[in-house]
Formats: sequence, C-alpha cells, structure tokens
Amino acid sequence: MTFGRARIEARFAKLRAEGRSAFVTYVMSGDPDLQTSAKILAGLPGAGADIIELGMAFTDPMADGPSIQAAGLRALKAGITLRKTLELAAEFRRQDTETPIILMGYYNPIHSFGVDAFLKAAAEAGIDGLIMVDLPPEEDEELCLPTLAAGLGFIRLATPTTDDGRLPAVLANTSGFVYYVSYAGITGAGSADADTVGAAVARIRGQTDLPIVVGFGIRTPEQAREIAAVADGAVVGTAFTDAVRDSLDGAGKATDTTVAAVLDLTRELAAGVAAASRKAVGGAQP
Amino acid sequence: MSKLNSYRTGPDGAGRFGIHGGRFAAETLMPLILDLERAYRTAQADPSFQQELDYYLEHYAGRPSPLYFAQRLTEHFGGAKIYFKRDELNHTGSHKINNCLGQILLAKRMGKTRIIAETGAGQHGVASATVAALFDLPCTVYMGEVDVERQQPNVFRMKLLGAEVIPVSSGSRTLKDALNEAMRDWVTNVHDTFYIIGTVAGPHPYPELVRDFQSVIGNEARAQLMAAEGRLPDTLVACIGGGSNAMGLFHPFLDDDGINIIGVEAAGDGIETGRHAASITGGRPGVLHGNRTYLLQDDDGQITEAHSISAGLDYPGIGPEHAWLHDMGRVSYVSATDAEALEAFQLCSKLEGIIPALEPAHALAHVAKIAPGLPKDHLIVMNMCGRGDKDIFTVAEMLGVEI
Ligand SMILES: Cc1ncc(COP(=O)(O)O)c(C=O)c1O
Repeated sequence: MTFGRARIEARFAKLRAEGRSAFVTYVMSGDPDLQTSAKILAGLPGAGADIIELGMAFTDPMADGPSIQAAGLRALKAGITLRKTLELAAEFRRQDTETPIILMGYYNPIHSFGVDAFLKAAAEAGIDGLIMVDLPPEEDEELCLPTLAAGLGFIRLATPTTDDGRLPAVLANTSGFVYYVSYAGITGAGSADADTVGAAVARIRGQTDLPIVVGFGIRTPEQAREIAAVADGAVVGTAFTDAVRDSLDGAGKATDTTVAAVLDLTRELAAGVAAASRKAVGGAQP
Repeated sequence: MSKLNSYRTGPDGAGRFGIHGGRFAAETLMPLILDLERAYRTAQADPSFQQELDYYLEHYAGRPSPLYFAQRLTEHFGGAKIYFKRDELNHTGSHKINNCLGQILLAKRMGKTRIIAETGAGQHGVASATVAALFDLPCTVYMGEVDVERQQPNVFRMKLLGAEVIPVSSGSRTLKDALNEAMRDWVTNVHDTFYIIGTVAGPHPYPELVRDFQSVIGNEARAQLMAAEGRLPDTLVACIGGGSNAMGLFHPFLDDDGINIIGVEAAGDGIETGRHAASITGGRPGVLHGNRTYLLQDDDGQITEAHSISAGLDYPGIGPEHAWLHDMGRVSYVSATDAEALEAFQLCSKLEGIIPALEPAHALAHVAKIAPGLPKDHLIVMNMCGRGDKDIFTVAEMLGVEI
C-alpha cells in the first residue's frame, strides 16, 4: 500500500495528469473540539481539498498570527494532544487512503513524545509528511533524517530570505514538495503577490524537480486562482481558522454551522484553484 | 559524570552545549542568524570593537562595578564572608546594560536601523531603550501585560527614552509571551531589524554572545577579589531567570577547581505547589525560543506557565549553557521561594542600605541558607545584579502597605 512520501507523490502525479495545481487546506487539529474536527477532516476531500495540512496545536506558536494562535488554544482547551491528533488522522485514514495528510507545527510536542516512538505512531496513523516551522536544515539530524528513513516526507519551508546561496541546503533533504512562504512574516498578516511569488517559484524551480506549493497570504478564491497559476499548489490556513472562529457560539463552542462554514469555504477556494490556467507546470515528470 | 579539561570551550560549531542549544529557528530568520554569527566573529577578531565596547562600559555604564564586602550581613549570618558584585550600580540599574551595549554595537556594524527587545522586569527593556536612544535608533519593546502592570515605573522609563512599549496579551502575558511576540516582529521585519535578546537564550549565537558580553562581571570580580583577599572565592551565587547575570559571573570561574557555583531559580509558591519558575528543578529538556534546554512543560510538550513574584525570573526555560552545566554537574541549581526572596529583600535593605531587585533577592535568600553554616574564612561572591526601585510597588502590595 502506498503511504508516506509515496502517497504525496501519487497525489501530485494524479494532479499533473489532470493538469491542475493542488489545493492544500490547513486546519487546526482538534479545533474547536475533537468531534467537530473529525467531521471537518472527513469532509475536506469531498469539498475539494487535495492535500490536508493538519496543524498541531502548540502553546507558543512563534510564526503564527492571532487567528492560528487562537485556534491552537481552542484545541488545547478542548483537550487535543499529539496522540489524539494521530487518532484523528487514523480515523480519517479508514475512509480515505489517497489524500495525503501532512502534520504541521512546532517541534517540542514531538520531542516530548520521543522521535522514534512518534514516527512509528505517525506512520501507523497514516500521516504522510511533516512540516516543522522550527527545524531548519541546520537541525536535520533531529527529526528530518529519521523522518525520511521512516518513509515519510519532510517538507521544508523556503522563504523570501532564502537566497540562492542557501537554497541548495534547504532543498537537500526536502521530500514530497517544497513549501514556499510568500512573504516574510507570520501567518495571517500579509497578502501573497502573484508576480513576486511567480518569480520566486521560478527561481526555486531552477534547483529542484519537486512540486512547489505556496502558502501564507492566500485567503480568497481569486488569490488562490492567481497563485495556483504560478505554482504547483496553494495553501490556505488563516481563512479556515477564521471561519471556525466566526461560526462559534458566545461560549466559543461549535454550532451546527461550523462544519458547513469550513466546507463551504473549501468548495469556494477549490473552485478558485481549479479556475487557474497553469503557466508553469512543475514536479518531476514520470 | 566525566570531568572535562575545560568547561569554557562551548558552544560547538552547531551552537550546542552538550545536547542543549542549537538553532531551532524559522527559515525566514536563519539567513540573518547566520549573518549575525559571521558579524560577531568579525567583531571578535577586531580589536576596535572591544575598545569601543570598553569605552562605553566605562564612561557610560560606569564599570567596573564595585566588589563590596557586605559586612553587616556577614555578621548577621555569622558564617561565610559575603561579597556583593554591585552590578545594580550600573547605569539603568542592572547588569542588562552590559549586554545591550555589546549588541547595539553589533547592530551598528550590521547596518541595522531598528531595534526590538523583549522584557520581563523591564530592566532589559530599559537598557535596550537606553542604548537605542544613545545610538539614535528606533526601539520597540515587547512586554507581557502582567509585567506592564507590575513594573509600571520601568514602562514609563522606556517611554521617556523614546521607545515604543507594546503590551502582549497572549498566553501567560509574561516574559515567554513577550519573547514570542518579539520573534514575530523579527520574522516580519527581518530586513532592517536587530533583535537584542536579553538573556543567554535564543538560537545560536545569542547564548554565546550574551554570555561573552556579561562575562565582564566575572572577570572584574576575579581581579577585585584577588586584590581584596589575595585569592579566588569559594562559592559563587547568582539568580537565574534566563541566566545571563549568572553566566556572566560564573563563566570566568568554571575551570577553577574547588569553586562551588550555585544558580538560584525562582520557586514561586514552592516547587511542590507547581507554581514556580524553576526549569531545572522542575522541568525537562525541550525545544523553545530557538534552543533546546530544560523547560517547564506538560506530558504533551506544551509549555506551562511559570510563576514568580519576580517578573525577571518568571520564565519557563533557562539558557542552554546552564542546562549543560547542570548535566555535567559543574554548577548546582537550587531554588528560593517568593517568601524567602521577600524576606531577603527586606533584610538587605535594613542591614546594608541596599534595596535589591527581587531577582538577586532570590540569590541572597540562598546565601542566607548557606552562609551561617560555613566557616568565617569562606568567601562567597553574590551577584547583586539589579536594584529594587522598580519593585517597591510589588513589595508594598505583598506586605499589605499602600503607597
Ligand atoms: C535585576 C535582574 N536580575 C536578573 C534578571 C534575570 O535575567 P538573567 O537570568 O538573564 O540575569 C533580570 C531580568 O529582568 C533582572 O532585571
């Protein structure tokens, strides 16, 4: 059975065959509570998500803006743990064996769990890759190399400050895809500019065959369309944590509009991505 | 535990002290962090950098700070001979200025045009705002809302110095959250901004360079005690928030066999209550704010809130070099409670005419525990790293006095 890195590669191969870019949804695991979060996850592929990034809540998310910070705190308050996040993923996997799930977050919860135990549990749960905000290439021995050895993808962030001199180091142990951060800053604070992003993607394309997915600063179908036209995928995050927040009742609890709010937004954004006319098609050709 | 030839050679090329330290930073910051390391190596090799720093340390900060024989406290405890390294007499009232002068000179060399800093007690914020004023750079200081409340005099001082103070309302609204927010600003403004970190923590090379800038404390103390007593101390004591004043005192003595070195963490309401800030005594290794070190955290690796009467010690981590010195058994880490610090605060004020900051009051609380049982020729050097003017409102409230 395909799992891990292979599942990510299979998904990009399928997208390439269809001539589309990937629509990647970032949702916070356990937000606003475990049951609602499970329903959101289950509904995402049907609503148009090609890849799911599952946020791992952390008390001190240094690269995130207020919306994702608040989503993490809601999830922690509702009892999320790393183990429960893996259970959520496993539950999802029983229904869907094709949509890649990438865990995104900060290293300490995994460090605390223990790297080897975590990688074993993550693979069993059907997790396919990791994006770790606070693990640059300088710290590859911590988690990146063990993750690759376990057959999972380790997706690296490249940013506007990653110049050509540094890019090879960033790309060296990256697998699955490259995540280009569209601006220097925290999540939810800026706006992705398609021209700038297009130039950056072209620059990275010169040094890798991996698909290049762009995130940060994409929240409308129009932006998703523009970015999907110049990259192999577009990630939306803060718009989802905003949608969850706006659907809650006065006490901060889920309502019967919560799941629908997230999935409706998914459909709108997926339509934006689908409407993109691809200027550049990347990723290793089969 | 194996004994090393030297405890003073760290960090290694990857910024590690044993398993601790490192560069656990977002990619956006990495190029700048590597630049900073290069700029620091160039500065270290350039005698004019140290000359300029020495000039400001002497003429602006007022160094060397005295090494003072605390005669009345010594008599009161009836045992060891107690010396204070009087870094509370520095300009701005604490040791923080030593580091800020060093870092702002680096910022200038790197052509940065904007300064940011985090602060707990406000002492580092004041010192950062001070050097920013001196070198004519705009300065933004992040401070947790709880600390803004309990350190009002310092908030006003920073504003007078021309800095912008941004209260931080996330998390526990104290020092760790101020650090998070400063990091967020830095990621956003990485092109023109220099982040003056206030303690021996953060991604490499910060723990190393802050230690180096603070080592002036220990280097002076060494020469001063030699002049006064003709020998080295038997015991060193310093309080630990992130650990910069302690590292500054300890580092020059690490390779002197037989010197007992003690770091005092904040025990808050008591270690057993869980409401404390003692990351070595009550934590385990984890990764936060760019480095691996001992952290207060729950079973799931979520950071837990620290508690201390002292805003400067109210941090759930500790600098990575301390974490390593603990692992190696070279330095002992103990703790003192809020109540013990409060008692030491009052005792020192009455007996020595020195109102200490609540931070070094923790160090003194430990001196109070050990001095009586030590012989009269035992020499203790304690870092009196800050003055207590900023704390009088907190202390008055604890004592039920209205001012
Ligand atoms: C007077 C004083 N001492 C100690 C500290 C704690 O910091 P560190 O452990 O880095 O010396 C502070 C921090 O605000 C302080 O103001």
